[in-house]
Amino acid sequence: MKELHVDRVAETVSRLCREANNHLPPDVLQALERAQAKEESKAGKRIISLILENAKAAADEEEPLCQDTGTTVVFLEVGQDVHVVGGALSEAINAGVRRGYQEGFLRKSIAAHPFTKRLNTRDNTPSIIHAEIVPGDQLKIGVLTKGGGAENMSRMAMLKPSDGREGIVNFVLETVSRAGGNACPPSIIGLGIGGTYDYVAYLAKKAITRPLGQPSPDPDNATLERDLLEKVNDLGIGPLGFGGRVTALAVHVESYPCHIASLPVAVNIQCHSARYKKAVL
Amino acid sequence: MPITIQRETGLKVLTPPLADEEVLALHAGDEVLVTGYIYTARDAAHKRMYEALERGESLPFDIRGQIIYYVGPTPAKPGKVIGSAGPTTSGRVDKYTPRLYEAGLKASIGKGDRNQAVREALQNHKGIYLAAYAGTGVLISRNIKEVQPVAYEDLGTEAIVRLRVESFPCTVMNDAYGKDLFQMAKEQWQRVRVG
Repeated sequence: MKELHVDRVAETVSRLCREANNHLPPDVLQALERAQAKEESKAGKRIISLILENAKAAADEEEPLCQDTGTTVVFLEVGQDVHVVGGALSEAINAGVRRGYQEGFLRKSIAAHPFTKRLNTRDNTPSIIHAEIVPGDQLKIGVLTKGGGAENMSRMAMLKPSDGREGIVNFVLETVSRAGGNACPPSIIGLGIGGTYDYVAYLAKKAITRPLGQPSPDPDNATLERDLLEKVNDLGIGPLGFGGRVTALAVHVESYPCHIASLPVAVNIQCHSARYKKAVL
Repeated sequence: MPITIQRETGLKVLTPPLADEEVLALHAGDEVLVTGYIYTARDAAHKRMYEALERGESLPFDIRGQIIYYVGPTPAKPGKVIGSAGPTTSGRVDKYTPRLYEAGLKASIGKGDRNQAVREALQNHKGIYLAAYAGTGVLISRNIKEVQPVAYEDLGTEAIVRLRVESFPCTVMNDAYGKDLFQMAKEQWQRVRVG
């Protein structure tokens, strides 16, 4: 049993919040460069250039890439041989978020109650924490700072098994089409298929965190990813909705077995400012 | 103020207050620069302004001829005027927007498309809707030279502030003639139709 003090968790989360918000990951930068080469529309090309220029400026000046520094979504892989000591793990994560957002001059964007006064909690807590128990003695922490604009354009549906692959494809296209320029394309489409009503949304979000350029290990999912990317880009929405060939940088599919009566589908859209950083303790 | 042309780029420069004739000289697809004073407002500030107008009260600033920018910036680091300051989704304030154009607003700046009611308000009250380039908040912050609080300071990042901007780059998405660049772009580039 490995002991891990909560202070290390808080410190790591704090650092990841700042790094994620100020530094676009290399795989996203490379995908944007490929998109820039591929884009045929003049306005689209110009917008991708600005996005790349902005990423460089943010990194150089340690400024947040976007004013929407997001809901802090934390993905944990907790090794079953890790013993967290010194306090509560979830409190340590939120302490890290609080510190990272305050010290990093990041925007605090969380409303304390969703439909009453919507008062700002003023420290970006509470975060959303997803945890999986895995073998081993490591704690893996991933921080996704998820902007509201693209999140608002995300949708889920309980399709009929008879809707099949075609039903899934149509639902994705409909969702991306309705999102238009609001979701800050070129986006990453996280597609969850299967599981249950709650689990499918988690799959879609987890799909976003997969490195760009890495297809699904499941051959059927990988084919669906390729087909969908082509179709999504045929929608012509283009960078920020200004029209063009590149509406999405990638489609990532995560699937899971499901009930014989069900076909849950969730589409979680990630804007071009795809901010995800992880660490292993 | 009359529209001028920036010599280096050939782009039109808009300086509020804008009159009908300036708005009517702009068309969907025009790239423009905004220089001068503009006002920020997001969801919560819009709700308050809308409610004030409905009660017959005046707004915290004279809205006639002005430009509202939908933005909630990150906090300014020491020595900086403002943090990252790109546009937020315009559609969330569509409910309140026609009332503001009716009260004299001439332009709004945000990201994403507008609903039918807003597009009609632009035609009825001679207004325009501009898009700033979303997700380039660091670059945009360089065009912001001064920040002055105006109202609703309790709203924090959602308060109304007056920004002095210089050569703030935008594109006219919706003009006063009913043209919509989002729609035009889609028609030009789409190869597949959905529902």
